[in-house]
Amino acid sequence: MANSVVLCAGLRVVRGGVQILSAFSARIEEGAVTGLLGPSGCGKTTLIRSIAGTQRIAGGRVEVLGRSAGDPWLRRRIGYAAQTAAVYTDLTVEENVRYFAAVTGAPRDDVDRVLDAVDLRPFRRVLTGRLSGGQRSRVSLAVALLGAPRLLLLDEPTVGLDPVLRAQLWDLFGRLTDGGLSLLVSSHVMDEAERCDQLLLMRDGALLAQDTPDALRRRTGTDDLDEAFLALIRAAERGDGDRAVA
Amino acid sequence: MIATTVRVLRQLRHDPRTVALLVVVPALLMLLLRYVLDSKTTFSHVAPALLGIFPFLLMFLVTSIATLRERTSGTLERLMTAPLPKLALLAGYAAGFSLVALVQVGVTTAVSLALGLSVTGSVGWLVVVTVGDALLGVALGLLASAFAATEFQAIQLMPVVVLPQVLLCGLFQPRAQMATVLRWVADVMPVSYAVEALQHVAAQPDVDAAFARDVLVLAAFVAGALVAAAGTLRRRTR
Ligand SMILES: Nc1ncnc2c1ncn2[C@@H]1O[C@H](COP(=O)(O)OP(=O)(O)O)[C@@H](O)[C@H]1O
Ligand SMILES: [Mg+2]
Repeated sequence: MANSVVLCAGLRVVRGGVQILSAFSARIEEGAVTGLLGPSGCGKTTLIRSIAGTQRIAGGRVEVLGRSAGDPWLRRRIGYAAQTAAVYTDLTVEENVRYFAAVTGAPRDDVDRVLDAVDLRPFRRVLTGRLSGGQRSRVSLAVALLGAPRLLLLDEPTVGLDPVLRAQLWDLFGRLTDGGLSLLVSSHVMDEAERCDQLLLMRDGALLAQDTPDALRRRTGTDDLDEAFLALIRAAERGDGDRAVA
Repeated sequence: MIATTVRVLRQLRHDPRTVALLVVVPALLMLLLRYVLDSKTTFSHVAPALLGIFPFLLMFLVTSIATLRERTSGTLERLMTAPLPKLALLAGYAAGFSLVALVQVGVTTAVSLALGLSVTGSVGWLVVVTVGDALLGVALGLLASAFAATEFQAIQLMPVVVLPQVLLCGLFQPRAQMATVLRWVADVMPVSYAVEALQHVAAQPDVDAAFARDVLVLAAFVAGALVAAAGTLRRRTR
């Protein structure tokens, strides 16, 4: 079994008085693309923020690369692209990437590399606020790629992209793992699940299942991941967890 | 830290309207004041205090909204996950806005002098105090942004933070002649010290201990507000 880069044990998060994650336990494998899938509002963003160390947690443990989440040592080793494109709309694409490169201590020639990776080089002198939503989220992704992170946390990076670009980005994610990088990519569309090495299926702040796409299909006796997800939900609602589906 | 300063200046460069407002408006207000008062003597009397108010007000407004945007757009969260000390971020911010303030103060002071403001003391000190005062606006703006959730609220903080200081800074009534309670309030308001220092430079040829105290108090407020603002930058949020 591969090493894990993230370990959540009994993680509990409360936001605005509501329990968002309850006793959440999961692990993320090194050198793999792990898809975090689940309906909107199930707690994907909250989980990713907990791993990034920006979410206050109410209980449990989150370990990243062997350290407690939020440890300053991790700041150079995690690339995080939040769900909303966290870039300056009143700077050009290049100015944005340059600034974050300086702040994260990435080498200067990294700017070209990450702009190429997200296919934004032709837009480098365009004001970020003038870009489409999908282009803007690619600027945010480019920033997350800066430096030499060992773990990438990408919160719905493909929302609003056309199918061609989406496929390109998933190709990129696959290539990144060849270099030993680990990725956690959230999505609420099931057809992206197929591209992942590992899946975390989430619902209502709890983990429904964690496995490879193939294993999930086998376990649920379906050949479609959507169906597999539904089967897991039904099993969970019967109260016997995902064991009964096997 | 320098990266942040450069970034702030770049953002302003893409927003020439804001820069124009920052640099031109105080000077235009001085011009307006000069002709409203219609007397060089009265203008000379009132202008030093306003030199302490206009830059403070504008820098407070611009900084609080810029920082609020940073908080709501997620860029602050991103910076909080980066290996960047909070005080370096704030210092970078303050330095960027101070450069703008320097230009603003230079233009405003030059226009005021041309309009007949007579300065008995050194114009250099006048500029130093005014920049310090603009910096106070920056520092308080950074801090105030933590107490607003929307730009609408941020603008509403302006009358709360700025107007009482304008009323009590000694422009309408010398602090010494205020009712005791009001004087206490005025004494804990930083703009009072900036205005007092500016009035001193305008009226007295030399700096003295009282002036030095005013400048130090102003500097302490700026440092205090920056440190407090650093306290409002949270690496982890709810
Ligand atoms: N700041 C907040 N305060 C209170 N509740 C929140 C906050 N942010 C998100 N939530 C709630 O937490 C739940 C999970 O949100 P989120 O993690 O964003 O889900 P997802 O990313 O899967 O859509 C949702 O029900 C949402 O309403
Ligand atoms: Mg989300």
